[in-house]
Amino acid sequence: MLDAPQPTIPLPRGPVPHAPPQPGRRSIELKIDGKSVSVAEGSTILDAAKKLGIDTPTLCFLESLTPVNVCRVCVVELEGSRTLVPACSRKVEPNMSIKTDSERVRLSRRLVLEFLASSVDLSTAPEMQEYIERYAANPERFGPAAATVAQPVKIDNDLYVRDYSKCVLCYKCVEACGVDAQNTFAIAVAGRGFSAHIATEFDAPLPDSACVYCGNCIGVCPTGALMFKSEYDMRRAGTWDERRQTQTDTICPYCGVGCDLTVHQQDGQIVRVTSPLDHSVTHGNLCIKGRFGWQFVQIQPAGKQEE
Amino acid sequence: MILLWGSNARETHPIFFHHLLKGVRNGAEFYVVDPRHTSSASWANLWLGLDVGSDISLANAVGREIIAAGLANQEFIRHATSGFEAYKKHVEKYTLERAERETGVPAEAIRRMAQAYARAPRAQICWTLGITEHHNAVDNVVALINLALLTGHVGRYGSGVNPLRGQNNVQGGGDMGAIPDRLTGFQHVENDSLRAKFEKAWGVKIQPKRGWHLSDMFEAMDHGHLTTLYVLGENPADSEADRHQALKRLGGLEFLLVQDLFYTKTAELADVVLPAAAGAFESEGTVTSSERRVQRVRRTVPPPAGVRDDLEIIFDLARRLGHDWGTPDPEAIWNELRALSPMHGGMSYRRLEEMDGIQWPCYDESHPGEMFLHGRLWSEPLIGPRAPFSMVEFEPPVDQLDEQYPIRLTTGRRLDDYNTGVQTREYSSPLRRKEALDVSPEDGQQYKLREGETVRVTSRRGSLMAPVRFDPGLRPGLAFLSVHAHDQVATNELTIDAVDPKSGTSEFKATAIRIEKV
Repeated sequence: MLDAPQPTIPLPRGPVPHAPPQPGRRSIELKIDGKSVSVAEGSTILDAAKKLGIDTPTLCFLESLTPVNVCRVCVVELEGSRTLVPACSRKVEPNMSIKTDSERVRLSRRLVLEFLASSVDLSTAPEMQEYIERYAANPERFGPAAATVAQPVKIDNDLYVRDYSKCVLCYKCVEACGVDAQNTFAIAVAGRGFSAHIATEFDAPLPDSACVYCGNCIGVCPTGALMFKSEYDMRRAGTWDERRQTQTDTICPYCGVGCDLTVHQQDGQIVRVTSPLDHSVTHGNLCIKGRFGWQFVQIQPAGKQEE
Repeated sequence: MILLWGSNARETHPIFFHHLLKGVRNGAEFYVVDPRHTSSASWANLWLGLDVGSDISLANAVGREIIAAGLANQEFIRHATSGFEAYKKHVEKYTLERAERETGVPAEAIRRMAQAYARAPRAQICWTLGITEHHNAVDNVVALINLALLTGHVGRYGSGVNPLRGQNNVQGGGDMGAIPDRLTGFQHVENDSLRAKFEKAWGVKIQPKRGWHLSDMFEAMDHGHLTTLYVLGENPADSEADRHQALKRLGGLEFLLVQDLFYTKTAELADVVLPAAAGAFESEGTVTSSERRVQRVRRTVPPPAGVRDDLEIIFDLARRLGHDWGTPDPEAIWNELRALSPMHGGMSYRRLEEMDGIQWPCYDESHPGEMFLHGRLWSEPLIGPRAPFSMVEFEPPVDQLDEQYPIRLTTGRRLDDYNTGVQTREYSSPLRRKEALDVSPEDGQQYKLREGETVRVTSRRGSLMAPVRFDPGLRPGLAFLSVHAHDQVATNELTIDAVDPKSGTSEFKATAIRIEKV
């Protein structure tokens, strides 16, 4: 290894090797709300709408996950289709004609939001509140007797809590725990109809389940049903204040993979760690050490500075 | 085809393993070589459970099988390598039968892996400390490199040899020149013109001879050749292979200065301890990952009162030693480095930020960095020197098994902890269990042990008490301890400091022990 001195740097510059070129994709033209747009073959209606600057509400969709088409809040009207189609997963086809804001679309989205908001606690889902206003949804119209999924918060470890009163069953956590990222399969949807819920095997507490505490489920949860224990405790104590928080990106202090950590701090204390979905190393995912192993930064040592 | 050799990346490099699993889901064949049937091995098409330290026998047999089956990439060998004929002759004696005898891996499994590796359109070998924490670490590595040269699985997209680095900046440390014979950017300190460039920039004479690596330094303490030690962010009292010897050596120093986040075991021995800020969270700079990606670390929270940034401490020390370097400015220091290290030349802070990091080499600000190395081996005509085959022989671990010490102990890491544990013990991991000696259920039965029972574990150097846990991933005769929990089980009481002379790495992976009921 430690051989003779080298006259030059050891890496002669060769051709810059990169990924082999992808086969070219055709461009597809379609119409959305009367405007023409063209996108690459394989894109979704959601991608095309985004290109036109149309903000389509989504709930169960995330760039890094396979679409599961369960929430139906992104539906649009496709000319010639009997039913509304989900924008997040329906691939574009030549000459499609699509309406994203017709009365039929608005009614459908309003109903979805009313069903969810009447049965689920959306107090930590600000995006959902915006949609409710945008579509003039009135969840109260079902009256106080409307069934809810209210239940006690599950606190069975020191890293994160599960408050399924806030769960809209978007499946994102199941996907992040499964083939789309972590491949641990600690959770799945159990039960049918209104009893459907996210469960570990046999509804066991997390410490008795297959969970490895990567927290990639928290990273994708859109409603705050899955939450860092640190955030949960601060919210309970009334000290959680996002206006006083900043986010700074750094690199994880542990192994050599080089995961990007977005550190959320409030008053000089780390309160939560996430990772950007579009980072080429993490795609938003971390492991237990990266996501939770930062306590050492802020523990005040109990003494022994000098002998 | 992905060949993970001596690595449990599922637990030690979890996000890398996400990428690996994407490959598996896209149809990549996945082979794991490891004495333990780990959580990584659970995903493999085939697991080769070799005896600890028999890697070279296995690698040479794989090479022999590839040649014998006519699967060697003759065109690549002719174009870009040297020493093939000698290698071919050298591995002739590593028959499948011999390898089966030396490694414990069935001949048919070796043959299957050799053929899968050689036939794959793209293949890579990834390894970790299972290859390098041996007395013949570098020989193990070149035995694997031979296989890549034999098949041309190097320098091409999707192929390569890939050591997975265990720390967020262990790659960067080497790149910066924190190795005995190199200045920043791997420029050799014994090369006069390269050294002169640095001397001119820094206005000082640089010693023209290579220095010592860690193991050399510790040996030099025995002879009084090294009497003063400045330790930054390292905990050798817990991490050196032979604890007794390490404590004796550190205790015999005239002066020990420790700069660390924590009051470690090593800090307890120090004359002076300087409390330092946490690099990844409380300071500005860069780190370099396993894929040579230089990325920015930033101050996310202020350090506690009385705790200072490493740079400030070093600048102050320099001032006390008579050199005024001014006020520390991380970006200015980085730009000085870019001017001296061609492979970092194009990495301005602005570009690092915009491009989510850049993989070296990156020679100028129009260079995108390189996704993988050694593409030159495929250029016509060949650029640079030929890549040599290396002839290495199987040598068993130094700490041999016998009637007194019949069990092979190997060491490693668990998912939720990190090295000597000082950083991770502060967070409450629900996965963390009391440290225990993992043994195979068969050995548990043979020694008539109950799970949780405390046993005495003895090696030729030391002895400790540990509870027992059964791990069906271990084969009879193999035991496992982590290196994390020195307050419970000081694993380096047992391990041997047999050192690889080329890299200075100790043989943490192979200790001979006996287990006794108490």
